[in-house]
Amino acid sequence: MTVTGRGTGSETSTTLTEDYRKREESITLSSQPAGVDETHELLTLNIGPHHPATHGVLRLIATLEGEVVRDIKPIIGYLHTGIEKTAEDKSYWKVIPVVERMDYLSYYFNAMAFCGAVETLLGLEVPPRAQYLRVIHLELNRIMSHLVWLGTSAVDLGAISMFWYCFRERETVLDLFEMSSGQRMHTRYIQVGGVFEDIPLGFAEKLRQFLKLMPTRADQYADLLEKNQILLQRLRDTGIVDRDTLIKLGVTGPLLRAAGEPWDLRKAHPYSSYDHFDFKVPIGTVGDNYDRFRVRHAEFYESVKIIEQALDGLPEGPFITPDRKVALPPRHELATSMEALIHHFKLVTEGFRVPPGEAYYPIEAARGELGCFVRADGSAKPARVHMRDPSFVNLQALAPMVRDGYIADLIATLAMLDPVLGGIDR
Amino acid sequence: MEVKREPLREVSDLRIRQHQARDLLRGDMDDEELERYVEERVLTTTLDKAVGWAQGNSIYPLTFGLACCAIEMMSIVGARLDIARFGFEAFRASPRQADLIILSGRVSIKMAPVIRRIWDQMLEPKWAISMGACCSSTGVFNNYALVPADKFMPVEIHVPGCPPRPEALMHGILRLRDKIQGHGVEGWRERYAAKGTEELLPEQADLATANVNVFKAGDTAGA
Repeated sequence: MTVTGRGTGSETSTTLTEDYRKREESITLSSQPAGVDETHELLTLNIGPHHPATHGVLRLIATLEGEVVRDIKPIIGYLHTGIEKTAEDKSYWKVIPVVERMDYLSYYFNAMAFCGAVETLLGLEVPPRAQYLRVIHLELNRIMSHLVWLGTSAVDLGAISMFWYCFRERETVLDLFEMSSGQRMHTRYIQVGGVFEDIPLGFAEKLRQFLKLMPTRADQYADLLEKNQILLQRLRDTGIVDRDTLIKLGVTGPLLRAAGEPWDLRKAHPYSSYDHFDFKVPIGTVGDNYDRFRVRHAEFYESVKIIEQALDGLPEGPFITPDRKVALPPRHELATSMEALIHHFKLVTEGFRVPPGEAYYPIEAARGELGCFVRADGSAKPARVHMRDPSFVNLQALAPMVRDGYIADLIATLAMLDPVLGGIDR
Repeated sequence: MEVKREPLREVSDLRIRQHQARDLLRGDMDDEELERYVEERVLTTTLDKAVGWAQGNSIYPLTFGLACCAIEMMSIVGARLDIARFGFEAFRASPRQADLIILSGRVSIKMAPVIRRIWDQMLEPKWAISMGACCSSTGVFNNYALVPADKFMPVEIHVPGCPPRPEALMHGILRLRDKIQGHGVEGWRERYAAKGTEELLPEQADLATANVNVFKAGDTAGA
């Protein structure tokens, strides 16, 4: 885009606007002529950005032939928040709350990916207790995210009572989050070098109650849904995409695992001591919507198993790195130690500096590979923060999934795709 | 239980009323007398209160989620808070059927015209709640991409938080109920001396004026 002339402010802004409009109009939204002749008429249908079945503000341009979807084009950007740009303007530890709000159902994962990348750049060792506490919260977050997915997807498929059951368990998880960090959502619990605070008294007890409860609840969900003929007919053999296509599209997470590929970064590239735990990676066989549902449902049990092991083997020790250049000194040291006061002052005013370099830190989030790329230029602010969000990449698989299927299956497929628009648009 | 019978105080008055009612029904009443009769019996304030009471207790929110706050908005329908206690649980997917839009999340510049259109498509009486810091003031982001809701549409209630707890949203909705039931000011309607907003087609809109689709109190169109 070129802005010609050095006219008044208003002229410049008009040019910019016109250019933008032109570019916007140049995007073709027209349908692909798929076998169009005198007898086949194609209809273009706009779904969204305000549509209850799109799970956010996703806009879909569907090309229909009767009830059959011939082509689909997702239009994104309705929730663009400029998070990556904002992150460049904040010191490293102030970036965490900003990136947490990206994929708003996996805030622990976002924080973990970013902190992991920064820790890689700093060459920082995270204490084992912090790693275990991170695992506990990451897996709780996975359960919470899947609960929201199951509740809202079931509503799309007509099973409204699932919504209340899932949100009941979600409240229990959020109570735990609130106990350990003080917030229900966007907790900023994970931070560079460890976690924000040790778990409070009574947390372990409450968590154990939940761990005892959750598998029975998951059994109940299965009882409700898996013997439901309507649900089975809508999910079985719909939206099938084979493994190779998904891999070519870069799809990860439960969608890929449902197609039979046991790719899980917790196993393939363990981080935060995931290799200490014994768990299975559930995979599907057919790669249809039913398998996607089953894989996520099976992950409830696996997550519970991981949390149980992490809680049993929770090591003693510090919950954050003792490196005073990165982590704030404990409150009581401030009254007695001049050095602690200086560290505290430096951290809250400027923040810590990160040596120049680049790091990519991928983790297995609830929806797939969530990677954070951080480029440091030696200052206290990152030069670039980029997130490889799984929802964004997985959305590419929507077209092969729904093409030549019924439009009713589009809703079911979109529900099982589980996109979070906050992560897609960022 | 004892039934207490109170003696009639003014028998003559009751008689007169009976006769008046009979005359009215027969059509025997004169113009002047008729006018006085009707004036005596019109209770506008009471009717307003009755309508406000009904409207305030049966708000239909729009099924409309934007970002993080939408998840917390969904949880007020859940079992713990159960907004059905107050009669607001009937979420409507069509803006034509909804009374309340809860702007739950961040509003990007691309989304703002869409939201304005949805708001204009809603039929009066309608109300708007801006939920969370993002759509009240762009919150933690405060950058090029976001626009606060007040810039492009009128908002009755702002619920602070990032995201607000469901209890906070509940409190906001209950405050809105108080407003509707007449215990508060009319907000932006009073400020702009307007009755409401309505969707206008581009050719109908008077683009010369800034307030394209805000009707003044005297206007009869739409709202």
